[in-house]
Amino acid sequence: MKTRTFPGRYESLAEIAEFVTIEATNAGLSHQETFELETAVDEAVSNIIEHAYGGEGIGEIKCHCCAEDDGITIILEDYGQPFNPSCIPTPDIKAQLKNRKNHGLGYFLMCQLMDDIKFDFHHDHNRLTMFKRKKES
Amino acid sequence: MEISTNQFKRCDVVKVTGRLDSATAPKLAEEFARINSEGRFKIVMDFTQLEFISSAGLRVLIATLKNCKRYNRGELVLAGLPANILSVFDLAGFTSIFKIFDDVLTAVAAF
Repeated sequence: MKTRTFPGRYESLAEIAEFVTIEATNAGLSHQETFELETAVDEAVSNIIEHAYGGEGIGEIKCHCCAEDDGITIILEDYGQPFNPSCIPTPDIKAQLKNRKNHGLGYFLMCQLMDDIKFDFHHDHNRLTMFKRKKES
Repeated sequence: MEISTNQFKRCDVVKVTGRLDSATAPKLAEEFARINSEGRFKIVMDFTQLEFISSAGLRVLIATLKNCKRYNRGELVLAGLPANILSVFDLAGFTSIFKIFDDVLTAVAAF
């Protein structure tokens, strides 16, 4: 398992993307699967900064990448307020433009792009565990 | 992320290079707001050099589309989407609300 800690700032997103992309490629995920993982991780980290920490520069985000036989597990840990986006209403992606909400797509995309998502809230930290399966496995 | 805008007679072409995420989306929102503030609402966004888009980028696009289409004064159309980015648009249900063209020339000609 590879672990890195990043400042909870939006500027960290590109660096986190690079880290998980390298680990996903090493784990044998395809280009498209790696892109989908990168998108889900970006959404998760953005949610942590915006909702768990309530802004940039408040706390750190620990990112673990664990290659599995059939895919890759990503664990994100933060030390902010527990935030469970599963309580956010599912966006209506078939609505006409005038009825479309500008927000609420991030968690929806995470669920669409990952094979498993689990939130654990502890007294001193929050943990998000996501798994992405390799198609050929 | 880098943004370059070319103003043509029919429309503005905004080319975005690199990553469009929570760190960079506000810069694109500012550029669209600047164009709109000058009374121009017909915009082509050139995706050919875009490597990544998150929901923060999608938010900017949908807000700009709504603003451009108000009073039938224009539209934001998209051109040259790489296949992986197009797949995100599909998931988000954006392919039904945006006009998407294979290349910039065809998109400009559509105005």
